[in-house]
Amino acid sequence: MPPVVDVHKCSGCAPREESRCEEVCPGDLMAVDIAAGKAYCRNPRDCWDCMSCVKACPNGALATRMPYQLGYFKARLRPVMGKGVITWKCVDIYGKERTYKYRNRIIPDT
Amino acid sequence: MSVMPTRRAVRFAPDSLREIPTQTVDCDLLIVGGGNAGCFVAVEARRLAPSLRVVIMEKANIMRSGACSAGMDAINTYIPEGKTPEDLVRWSRAQVGGGPLREDLALSNAELLNESVDDLQRWGLPILRDEDGKIRYRGQWDISIHGEQLKPIMAERAVASGAVVYNRVAGTGLLMSGRRCAGAAGLGVRDGKFYVFRAKAVVISTGGAGTLYKSYTADSTDSGSQIWMCPYCVGSGYAMGLRRGAELTSLEQRWVATRTKDFCGPVDTISVGYKAPIVNCRGERVMSRYAHLGGDAAPRFIRANAPMEEWLAGRGPCYCDTRHMDEKTVRAMMEDYLNERPSFVLFLASRGQDVTREPIEIYGSDPYIVGGHTGGGYWVDMARMTTLEGVFAAGETAGGNPNKFVGGCCAEGKLAARGALAYMRGREFAPPDAEDIEREKARVYAPVLGRAQEGVRPVEMKERLQRLMDEYAGGVSQFYRTNEERLDYALRHVKMLQSQFRHLRAEDPHELMQANETMDRVDVAEAVVQHLKARKETRWPGWQTRSDYPERNDAEFDCFIESRRNPETGVVETFTRPYERIVPGDRYTA
Repeated sequence: MPPVVDVHKCSGCAPREESRCEEVCPGDLMAVDIAAGKAYCRNPRDCWDCMSCVKACPNGALATRMPYQLGYFKARLRPVMGKGVITWKCVDIYGKERTYKYRNRIIPDT
Repeated sequence: MSVMPTRRAVRFAPDSLREIPTQTVDCDLLIVGGGNAGCFVAVEARRLAPSLRVVIMEKANIMRSGACSAGMDAINTYIPEGKTPEDLVRWSRAQVGGGPLREDLALSNAELLNESVDDLQRWGLPILRDEDGKIRYRGQWDISIHGEQLKPIMAERAVASGAVVYNRVAGTGLLMSGRRCAGAAGLGVRDGKFYVFRAKAVVISTGGAGTLYKSYTADSTDSGSQIWMCPYCVGSGYAMGLRRGAELTSLEQRWVATRTKDFCGPVDTISVGYKAPIVNCRGERVMSRYAHLGGDAAPRFIRANAPMEEWLAGRGPCYCDTRHMDEKTVRAMMEDYLNERPSFVLFLASRGQDVTREPIEIYGSDPYIVGGHTGGGYWVDMARMTTLEGVFAAGETAGGNPNKFVGGCCAEGKLAARGALAYMRGREFAPPDAEDIEREKARVYAPVLGRAQEGVRPVEMKERLQRLMDEYAGGVSQFYRTNEERLDYALRHVKMLQSQFRHLRAEDPHELMQANETMDRVDVAEAVVQHLKARKETRWPGWQTRSDYPERNDAEFDCFIESRRNPETGVVETFTRPYERIVPGDRYTA
């Protein structure tokens, strides 16, 4: 299911020509509504849930949601991108939270 | 600047072809598709020939495009100490039931494999090691990585190599100069422009073809693309060549994998990586039924099909039994998932599932044509040149050489770059035929020029095709089985779809891309059906199951099935090529 856009957090990445999610989506699905200045997904059925847009969003405004037909309300999974490290926070439908943090890239010493 | 800037979609409402701008770009080497293989083509070509003008035409954004966009949790092949490239080929051969496979290609890939994976590590990919600093193997050949950044790591190197990247340009067709390829055309999916890339050689590395078949989760709202293969790799790379008469091989050896049920996630991660056995509803170890074929180490198609056979026999559902795992192991497994298919972790959380109490359910995937995994793709020579002069293939598009996976696609990118460089040496630029360019432009833009008339949306035709292929050409709803009559039915309706391309309609550049993708899917599907028809035996149950010919028939079919679509008549003919064994040893074991 496509990312849900938190319109209070989304800035449409103004004044960039493309928002970060629009720039990165492998399916060309994310776009910005010019009038509202907010990101949206142009075709929810085509989303692969790769979470590239969620990782790219500088405002934490995007969240991938499980389609209800497949999973129950409401679990959350949020990536936080660090330098050479990624942290994932996952909350299941019972409110149980788990955090995963590990190295995702070797940064050479400079 | 080596990455051309992209913008958000513009208003695009042309009334005639003349209004649509054509942008011509000249280069020496054109790479269609900047994925796993394509990035390696660029890096290798620029390393060997620093003045070479290399252009990458990329449908998405190279930093997060294609099958690796979500990341990866393992490199499935890396030759350990004490083993040889020949050993890897023997394993690959046994995994596809003794072949046929192109042992010549497989061997040359294997010889370059480790140095290609070492490149990735040098570029910043974390490869997991044990306390002694030795690479941690999770199976016989596969090693664990923290590959969340795999795609940006490869893409940054391709950009740094000096290749010029055109993001958001979708390849539509090859351009010819007589019999020789002179470049390729692309559709700008943001600016609506028609791109003409003129090149001395073209490497097609567009990934494979997912979305030819219906996924069993597709009927749920907002779940149209819950598939294993990247749903944006739709077979355009195969379609470009087949429309020009290129020879394709082994499309009937479809890739079907056992995946987690209801939300497609990897299963080898748990069954191989964490020794979680496959069990049926009675708790019986499913692979023990296949002890004579190797049990847990049985060929990949046997392992993929086994849970489905349990369902058919009334012993489903099936599971990967994770109930023995301790907390530390579960954490490591979740990290693997987060690296490759993060949303599967969200899925488990949305089921409220504790995998130490409730095992992970598994089921078969929809079928794919992916030459990096099974054999389907272009017939290529050792230089990775297809049967079209000047057109090379690497990764999922190059056929006959299964079990390449990430590492093998890296290696093949290098080999295709070397092949293309050797081909270009001493060759002059051949200008593409002007009429040919205009014909391609007219074909690509017809859906948007006809937008005011009543017609068919690309998604409608895509879903019609997916349903047809699923039910008649051996999809998951039919437990992968098909027969001559069903294939003839599929073919008849594929022909009807082709005759209705002229009714496709598109309102904007994105939908125009979808219209072109759907035409590509239909053309590739026709070839797949012809291949399935031609192999009148069952060689790889699950991957290829003929209920009217349930046995393997070595006397007639221990060979490759090939196809070629006549570019003048549009008729697809099939024929065979012999299987040539190079690596000694028993075919069926390794």
